[in-house]
Amino acid sequence: MVGILEDKDRIFTNVYGLHDWGLDGAKARGCWNATREILQQTPEWICDQVKASGLRGRGGAGFSTGLKWTFMPKTESERPHYLVVNADESEPGTCKDREILRNDPHLLIEGCLIASYAIRAHTAYVYIRGEYVHERERLEAAIKQAYAAKLIGKGNVHGWDFDLHVTHGGGAYICGDETALMESLEGKKGQPRLKPPFPAGAGIYGCPTTINNVESISVVGTILRRGAEWFAGFGRPNNTGTKLMAISGHVNRPCVVEEAMSIPLRQLLEDHCGGIRGGWGNLKAIIPGGSSVRMIPAHEAETALMDFDSLSALKSGLGTAAVIVMDQSTDIVKAIARLSYFYKHESCGQCTPCREGTGWMWRVMERMVTGEAEMKEIDMLLDVASQVEGHTICGLGDAAAWPIQGLFRHFRHEVEERITNYRIGKPHVQGASLQAAE
Amino acid sequence: MPVAKVNGVEVEFEPGMTVLQVAELAGEEIPRFCYHERLSIAGNCRMCLVEVKPGPPKPQASCALPAAENQEIFTNTPMVKKAREGVMEFLLINHPLDCPICDQGGECDLQDQAVGYGRDDSRYDENKRAVEEKAMGPLIKTVMTRCIQCTRCVRFITEVAGVPEIGLISRGEDVEITTYLGKAVASELSANVIDLCPVGALTSKPYAFNARPWELKKTESVDVMDALGSSIRVDSRGPAVLRVLPRLNEEINEEWISDKTRYAVDGLSRQRLDRPYLRRNGRLEPATWAEALTAAAERIKATSADRIGVVAGDLQDAESLKAAKDLFGSLGVTSLDARQDGMALGDGPRESWLFNSTIAGIEDADVILLVGTNPRLEAPVLNARLRRRWVAGALTVGVIGEQAELTYAYDYLGAGPDSLANLSKSKGEFLKALKAAKNPAIILGAGALARADGAAIAALAAGIAKTYKMTWNVLHSAASRVGALDLGFVPGEGGKSAGDLVAKGGADLLVLLGADEIDLSASDAFKIYLGTHGDAGAHGADIILPGAAYTEKDGIYVNTEGRVQLGQKAVFPKGEAREDWSILRALSDRLGKTLPYDTLAQLRAKLFEDHPTFGRIDYVATGVSPDLAAIGAKGDLGAAAFESPIKAFHLTNPVARASVTMAECAAEVSAAAKIAAE
Repeated sequence: MVGILEDKDRIFTNVYGLHDWGLDGAKARGCWNATREILQQTPEWICDQVKASGLRGRGGAGFSTGLKWTFMPKTESERPHYLVVNADESEPGTCKDREILRNDPHLLIEGCLIASYAIRAHTAYVYIRGEYVHERERLEAAIKQAYAAKLIGKGNVHGWDFDLHVTHGGGAYICGDETALMESLEGKKGQPRLKPPFPAGAGIYGCPTTINNVESISVVGTILRRGAEWFAGFGRPNNTGTKLMAISGHVNRPCVVEEAMSIPLRQLLEDHCGGIRGGWGNLKAIIPGGSSVRMIPAHEAETALMDFDSLSALKSGLGTAAVIVMDQSTDIVKAIARLSYFYKHESCGQCTPCREGTGWMWRVMERMVTGEAEMKEIDMLLDVASQVEGHTICGLGDAAAWPIQGLFRHFRHEVEERITNYRIGKPHVQGASLQAAE
Repeated sequence: MPVAKVNGVEVEFEPGMTVLQVAELAGEEIPRFCYHERLSIAGNCRMCLVEVKPGPPKPQASCALPAAENQEIFTNTPMVKKAREGVMEFLLINHPLDCPICDQGGECDLQDQAVGYGRDDSRYDENKRAVEEKAMGPLIKTVMTRCIQCTRCVRFITEVAGVPEIGLISRGEDVEITTYLGKAVASELSANVIDLCPVGALTSKPYAFNARPWELKKTESVDVMDALGSSIRVDSRGPAVLRVLPRLNEEINEEWISDKTRYAVDGLSRQRLDRPYLRRNGRLEPATWAEALTAAAERIKATSADRIGVVAGDLQDAESLKAAKDLFGSLGVTSLDARQDGMALGDGPRESWLFNSTIAGIEDADVILLVGTNPRLEAPVLNARLRRRWVAGALTVGVIGEQAELTYAYDYLGAGPDSLANLSKSKGEFLKALKAAKNPAIILGAGALARADGAAIAALAAGIAKTYKMTWNVLHSAASRVGALDLGFVPGEGGKSAGDLVAKGGADLLVLLGADEIDLSASDAFKIYLGTHGDAGAHGADIILPGAAYTEKDGIYVNTEGRVQLGQKAVFPKGEAREDWSILRALSDRLGKTLPYDTLAQLRAKLFEDHPTFGRIDYVATGVSPDLAAIGAKGDLGAAAFESPIKAFHLTNPVARASVTMAECAAEVSAAAKIAAE
């Protein structure tokens, strides 16, 4: 068998777009089935079920989805509740939500309805990244179908008035941060807000808001249909369920695939991607959760499991389960320097450590690539990274620091070598004679 | 009250306070750049990081974190120190090392805090960022390379001034503070961003490269550019006043001042009358004090008292008004008037010409009716308070008069007296709100009162105020006005008003105490001018007695709410000029009517004795309201629309008109108005 997850247990049965994405196709695949019965349960029951399923947020942070929903006020005051779906999938390496948006949009729409009911919201927004033009059109068409079939909207067949709006960003990575997303959604400049207040207290337009990732919302309908135990049956405790994993880089067949959590990383790559280009021995390092987590080297990837706990024990993270594979041909320093440039480019500039630190780190990294940097700058760079990490308003500062920390954790010797080599035969370069003497 | 621990010391705090405020309660100083008490919290500089338990194992921005019961706050741990040093390093990597040529030097937050948290050297080997300068008008000099993006200026202009014309554009390390399309900031409060800027990015353009703060003599005084009497600090070096800064006064100006208050002071060294002049053969020629005083005394003696008129200007201190009143009163002159604009208030109870809500108290009002006033131009700092009250919600403002941009929304009810008269019959939300209001207030300006039918309008407005139980407020724009009215510096029995005195044949002799805002072109009287600037009053004068400007004398000013305040002398009067009261005292000698005081202290003692309200320094009565039935007089209402007395905000008095900076600002405003008109 290929992988762990059997076909009968897949939630996203049209992830490759082989079937009809529309309402008829979705219904044939089980979507919108028994939604009415689900909505006849209490919101608390839904939250309990989702909690029991062990579903953790699929956007990267991995916070319990059911628990998040219970933070919303239990009764609606004069301030309406809102659900916001974060479809601003902009992290390098991550491309799972777009498959949902364009191939299984009805799972998302159904999930929005159920989640809105669970948090007592009558309105939901899908904030989709600006570059996803095709995906936006597909989703909007699917929403139109759902309205036409009275599945959503005022006076729909499910008995819970619900409006779903799609809005799109201008293509800024920072708008994937939930508070920056809310700012952008309100029409302001996408800059993260201070927390507290948390969105469940004061989100968009100052109203209680829950923000979830596309995948977290899309799996809810199936979880409730098949039962929390079914979903909790995959993976290890605290890391349950199935998960869309996106593998890119130096594998033979890059792909997006739904797999059970806690699948061994090696099995994932070999079963679904045809293995590493040139065989497992050619593997250099893997970034297992999208560009912002720390990389793991080949020998750690050997035993790593694709779940939150296993990867964080390796000082990395599951993130969005976007696996970036780098084989021995990779200039790993250059790769990380490129990521540093990305974070420098996408920093919103609001708070000091990230605004100033990302540019500084990128510039030093560029000199590390050529070897022009000085040896002592390695420790300085790590110190700067630690001054950015954890000192910022949002997580972008952390995300900018982690790839660099991962690089030096595992490949410091490579950088040192490069610096030494650069100085060989260049007596005019500062420190060259010193190192030569050593 | 909840209790938290700051570095192990227990502190009680008010619920809702932030960790930063609690730490300050405990006496811990928290470094900060973006945080400001009067602005919204941005939390972006990250300088105020502290360690908090319980909480995540990373430093927290104390300015934005609500304090909680039993919280443990640490401000001196190694983690906090390292975090702040890290932030300081980040702030400095792209900050130019140009302190020696930076005007903020010596009063720079970044400089001060770098001493505490900076490294002795830089680890940053890359090129520093350079940012293009921005045009922000004649007041604000920008050196944007120094900017640390704290966004205090953005928040001030948006939240307090209410003209969202400064913003942060681009992102990441390319972010820049800029104005909308690079034009000057169209706010009367714009220059406050200079004080707010914690670094040298926004500095004072007129003051550029003039002085270092430690060279300056600092004198705490009172502003006279409008009738609020804002608390100011006059910074002078030698004989020159170099700049004016606001002083904290919660009851009046908080910590803001208008651009005119701040920048009109360069007018104090231009167009000054620095010696006496006598008109000989149609030309003003320099004279000695003895000649000028003798000539004045002879002229006064030769004129019958009922043909003498005394008109006082808008910037006069109460002492000189008192001396003038005593002197000319003893001569039997009854034509004294301080109301150059002809405002129809001055008889009746004191409260009838006061701002009875008080400046701070206006924030308790829930419905405000503005009649014939544009507070944005007449009292910009008060307008900022009205805006804040409006932003806070549940304030309804109605306007009768000019339909100006006030930085807050209002119901426009009409332009002239008929709209006021028909208010009770008006249809709309405002009347409904007024009827339901708990604490309504009416604010009348000179636009409604300083006109031929002013008394009738006052009576009408008083009637409306009575009907709807509104607090009676008069917003003056002249600093001397309330003091003069308190003194009774108004025409006595048989006396003529200022308007009548300057008419053709209105008087044989006019004594002008800094009266520059009145049209003297028709008057054929002999004029003695006592004042500071070669402005309108001095032009037609026959004898000029050079007086002291407000920064050059100790003086008492009463603001529009009736608060008596002491102005302090910062520098000496220019040249041979003397303090106004002493000139009048010398004149009285030559008239044989020697005033009974030889020193300012004696004069003040007499003033307090005769007018006890002056003795209550910095006191303002609250909760008093005048007998509304006694205000104004019955009469015919005119049809003309109310017009604000201030046509050009930057040019309202002789000091401002002599100021180059104010002229530039006025040109900027009129150019913008021209573009808008096209």
